[in-house]
Amino acid sequence: MKSFLKLTSLAVAGLFAASAAQADTLTIVSWGGAYTKSQIEAYHKPYIKKTGVTINSEDYSGGLAEVKAQVEAGNVTWDLIDLELSDVVRGCDEGLLEELPLDGLPPAPDGTPAAKDFLPGTLHECGIATIIWSTIYAYDKTKFPNGGPQTMADFFDTKKFPGKRAMRKGPKPNLEFALMGDGVPADKVYEVLSTPAGVDRAFAMLDKIRADVLWWEAGAQPPQMLADGEVAMATAYNGRIFNAVATENMPFEIVWDGQVWDLDLWSIPKGSKNKAAAIEFIKYSTDTQRLADQAAWISYGPARASSIPLIGKHAEAGVEMGPQMPTAPENFKNALQNDCEWWADHQDELNERFAAWLAK
Amino acid sequence: MALPAYATPLDRIWHYGFRIGCGAIFVFLIAPILVIIPLSFNAEPYFTFTAGMLRLDPDAFGLRWYEDIITNEQWMHSIKNSFIIGISATILSVTLGTLAALGLSRSYLPYRTALMGLLISPMIVPLIISAAGMFFFYSNIGLAQTYPGIILAHTALGTPFVVITVTATLVGFDHSLTRAAQNLGADPATTFFKVQMPLILPGVISGGLFAFVTSFDEVVVVLFLSGFEQRTVPRQMWAGIREQISPTILAVATLLITFSIILMTGLELLRRRNERLRGLSPG
Amino acid sequence: MADIPANQATLTTADGVPLKTKLRQTQRRMKMRALGLVLPLLAFIAVTFIWPIGLMVYRGVDNPVFSEVMPNTNAALARWDTQADEIPPEDIVAIVARDLAQARRDKTMGRVATRMNYDLPGSRSLITSSARKLAKIEGDVVWTEEMVKIDKRWGERKTWMAMRLASERYTMAFYMAALDRTFDEDGNITMQPEERQIYVTLFLRTVWVSLLITVLCILLAYPISYLMATLPLRTSNLLMVMVLLPFWTSLLVRTTSWIVLLQKQGVLNDILVFIGVFSDEGRIRMIYNMTGTVIAMTHILLPFMVLPLYSVMKTISPSYVRAARSLGATPARAFWKIYFPQSVPGIGAGSILVFILAVGYYITPALVGGESGQLISNFIAFHMQKSLNWSLAAALGGILLGGVLALYWIYNKLVGIDNMKMG
Repeated sequence: MKSFLKLTSLAVAGLFAASAAQADTLTIVSWGGAYTKSQIEAYHKPYIKKTGVTINSEDYSGGLAEVKAQVEAGNVTWDLIDLELSDVVRGCDEGLLEELPLDGLPPAPDGTPAAKDFLPGTLHECGIATIIWSTIYAYDKTKFPNGGPQTMADFFDTKKFPGKRAMRKGPKPNLEFALMGDGVPADKVYEVLSTPAGVDRAFAMLDKIRADVLWWEAGAQPPQMLADGEVAMATAYNGRIFNAVATENMPFEIVWDGQVWDLDLWSIPKGSKNKAAAIEFIKYSTDTQRLADQAAWISYGPARASSIPLIGKHAEAGVEMGPQMPTAPENFKNALQNDCEWWADHQDELNERFAAWLAK
Repeated sequence: MALPAYATPLDRIWHYGFRIGCGAIFVFLIAPILVIIPLSFNAEPYFTFTAGMLRLDPDAFGLRWYEDIITNEQWMHSIKNSFIIGISATILSVTLGTLAALGLSRSYLPYRTALMGLLISPMIVPLIISAAGMFFFYSNIGLAQTYPGIILAHTALGTPFVVITVTATLVGFDHSLTRAAQNLGADPATTFFKVQMPLILPGVISGGLFAFVTSFDEVVVVLFLSGFEQRTVPRQMWAGIREQISPTILAVATLLITFSIILMTGLELLRRRNERLRGLSPG
Repeated sequence: MADIPANQATLTTADGVPLKTKLRQTQRRMKMRALGLVLPLLAFIAVTFIWPIGLMVYRGVDNPVFSEVMPNTNAALARWDTQADEIPPEDIVAIVARDLAQARRDKTMGRVATRMNYDLPGSRSLITSSARKLAKIEGDVVWTEEMVKIDKRWGERKTWMAMRLASERYTMAFYMAALDRTFDEDGNITMQPEERQIYVTLFLRTVWVSLLITVLCILLAYPISYLMATLPLRTSNLLMVMVLLPFWTSLLVRTTSWIVLLQKQGVLNDILVFIGVFSDEGRIRMIYNMTGTVIAMTHILLPFMVLPLYSVMKTISPSYVRAARSLGATPARAFWKIYFPQSVPGIGAGSILVFILAVGYYITPALVGGESGQLISNFIAFHMQKSLNWSLAAALGGILLGGVLALYWIYNKLVGIDNMKMG
C-alpha cells in the first residue's frame, strides 16, 4: 500500500511538471480538420524550418469560453488563436485579447504598406485577418437534373425546388439569408433587421421552409448530409463544400448569390507567456506569399489584395483556386459582410428567440 | 414459472405471449450493443450491413477501422489519457472511499445519514451542473485544462461508488473480529490489513471498478475541463459523433464493449467469491 | 456482598473511574475515530465538489461587473429618486459618464456592455460607442446633454433603469431570466416578451420527457424483472447479463449504436425497406428528434429501473399469490391485489433514480436530440460554451439543482441511500 501511494504521488507530481514546462514553444489554436492543415502547410512548416521554434498545434471548436477561462484564471496556455471577427471584437472589448502593433506588418512586394494592402476592415486592434470565408448554400446536382437553384430566393422556394434543406442551428446568418431570400438587397439587410418588423419578417420567411429544414451544428455536417442524400441543399462554409467536390468528387454546386462572408483573424490571449514570439509568427504568416500559399490548400480568400494574383492551383486536386474564392468578382456580386457589431448587440435576444422558435 | 398441467388455453396464450414480450424487451436491451460489433468489421465506410456482409463474403469484412485507431495519433493519445486519468482517479477514490466507508459502517457515527448524503451527492447531482461548477472553480485556481484537475474531478465523481460498495460489504461484517485482533495485541494498521482488508477486498475492488468505469466513461466534465492535450476516449468519440461518424468510432465502440465484458466478468467473479467468503450460497 | 451499601452501586473500572464515565469516554473516542475515517473524504468532496457547486449557485446572484469596472455608478444611481425624476439628475449622470470614460481607458467597458446587453438587448453598442466618445471629452460639460447628443437613448428612462438594476452588487435578474422573467421600466417583475420565452417551456419539457422515460422504463422493466425473479436462478442470471451488459457499456457507445440503428440510412430503416414496410424513398428519420432522445435515453436508463425492481421482486414470496389463487382469485386479480402492491417499493426506488438521472441528462440529447429533443442541460452547456452568459448558466443550473436535491431528499426518505445497490 505504501509503495502504491508513493507511486501515485510521483505520478501526480510528474503530471504537474509536464503541464508546467512549456517554454520556447508556441501553442497555436485553430479549428481543426482541413483548415488547420492549410495553416500547417502554409505557415507552420516553413516557419519551423526558418526559425526552429516548436509549434504545438491544438484544435478548438470556436468561441471565447476557453480564452475567457484562461484569462480570468491567469493561467494562459494558448499563445495564438484563430478567431472569428465577432469574437475578436467581443474579446477585445472585454479585455481578453492583447492589443497588436499594426505597424510591424510586412508591406506588399511592390512596397504598398500593410495598412493599405490588407482589405478594408481586416485589421483590428486585437486581431490580424488571414482569410475571408463565407457561408453559402450548396445543392446536390443529382437532385435537380433540370437545372438547380440560382439565387437565395430559390433556397426558400420549396415549390420550385423541392427537397429538404440543412441550415445552421442558430440565428446567424439564417436571418440574413431569409431577408435576402425575401428580396432585401445585401446592403439593406442589417438596416431592415434592426427594426422589430424586420426580424419578424425574417422569421416569417424561415417559417415557410421550417418543415423542410434539418439543422446542423458542426461545419463537417452539411457536406455529410448532402452526401448521405438526407438533404437536397444545405447552407455551409464554402471551404467544406469545395473540399468535398475537389477531393471526394461529390456532385455539389455552390450558389454564391447572397453569400455572407466573414473573417478569421489571429489573436493573442491577454497574458500569453510567449507574446513576442506570437507576434513574430503573425508577421511571418500574414505576408503576401504565405497568405497566397494557404489558398492552395483551402478555398478561403486571402485578406491581402497583393496575395490574390499569386493564388495558384490546389496543392492536391490541381484545381485552379482563384475562381473558388468567395472574393472572386464572379462570386462577390451579391455578397454581404457579417456585421459583428450588430450581432454583438442582438445575439442574446435573438439566440433566445431562435431557440423559442425552434421549440414551438 | 413452468406452466402447470391444468393450464387453460388462455393461460397458455398469456404465458407464451408474456415470454415473447419479455424476449422483445431483452432484444431492445442487447441488440444495439450487438449490432455494432459486426459493423465495425465492415470493409466499406458505411454504417449498415452491405450486401457482401449479409452473404458472409469474407472480402466484405476487414480490420480497416481497427488499423485506423492504431495509426491515428489522436486516438492512441486519448486511449493513453483515459488510462492515466482513470487509474489515478481510481487509486485516489478507492483510498478515500474505503477509509470513509469504514467510518460510515459504524452505527455510532454521529450525523451518519447526513454525511452519507453529502458523500453520495456527486452521483446524484446532474453531471452538467458538476461540470459547470468545477469549470468555474478549477479555472480560478489554475486546474482547468490540466491532468490533475480532471483526475481530482473524476475522483470526486467516483468515490460514491466506492463508498456504497464497501459500506455494503461491511454490513455483514462482524466487528468482534477486529476487537479480537486488538485484544491479541495487533495495532490498528495490522488489524486493518490482516483482518478487515481481506474481508472487504471484494467490495473495494468492485468499488474501484465502478470508479474506474465512471472515469473511463465520463465525458461531460472532460468536455468542460480538458484541453486538447487531455482528451480522453469518450471526448474523442463525442467529437467524432458530433461532426462525422466514421466507422472508426464503431471499432472503438467494439473495443470498449469487449472491455466492459471483461470488467463485468471480473465483477461477477468477485461477487461470487464474496458470497462464498461470507458463507452465502454461491450464485 | 451483602454489606455493600445500596448507594455505592456505582461500578468503577480498575483505575477507579466510574464505569459510566469511562464508557462515555470510550464511546466518544470511538465516535471521533469513526469521524476521523470519514473526514478525509468529506474534506475532499467539500473542496473539489460541494464548494465549486456552491460557488456556481452563488454566481447566479453575484453581479460584480459594475462594482469592479464602474465603481461609483451603483452608489450614484441608487441615489436617483425614480419616483420624482424621469431620468437621473445631472450630478448622477456626471458620475456615470466619468465611470464610462474611465472604463474605456481601462479597456474594460466590454464587460459592462455585455452585462447591460443581457437586460437591455441592443445596449451593447450604446455602451461601447458612448464610452469611446465620452473618453475624448475634456473639461466641464453638461454630461446629460453630451450623452443624449451621443445617443438619444440616454434620454430614455428605460436605459437608466436597466443600468440601475444591472449595477447592483447582487441581482436576481439571472434567476428571473432563467424563469423567463425580467424587470420592466419601473423595476417590477414582468414576463419576457413572448417570442423570447424559452426556459420555462424547457424546464417543463425536461420534466415531461423525464416522466415519459420513467413510465416507459417501468413498463419495460416490470415484465422482465418479474420474469427474472420467478425463473430459476441459473436462467435468471443468464438473463441478468443482458441487463448488465448495457449497464456497463459506455454511454457514448450506446448512443452511437442508436444512431447507427435509427438513422435514415441505418440498420432499422434498411430492414423495414427490405421487408417492404415502406419504399426506399419512404425512409423515416427516427433520430435527431424527440423520438431519438426518448428511445436512446429509455435504453440507457432501463437498467437503473430493472436492478431495484428485481431486487425487490426477489424478496416477494410466491406463496401469497398462490394463497389468493386457491381462495378463488383470478390470476389478474391475484397479481393486482397481492403481488403488485408488494413490488411498489421497487417501482418507487427505480422511478426516482431514473427520473433524477433523466432530468440532468446532457450527452444523449445533445447527440441524438436534433432541435426538438434538447433539454435544459443542453441550454446550460450552450450558455457555458457559446453565449458565455455564465451567470445565466449558473442560474439555470441552480434551479435544476434545487429540483434534483428535492427529489434526492424524497428518495432518501422513501428508500434510504443506504439501500442503494449496484450491479
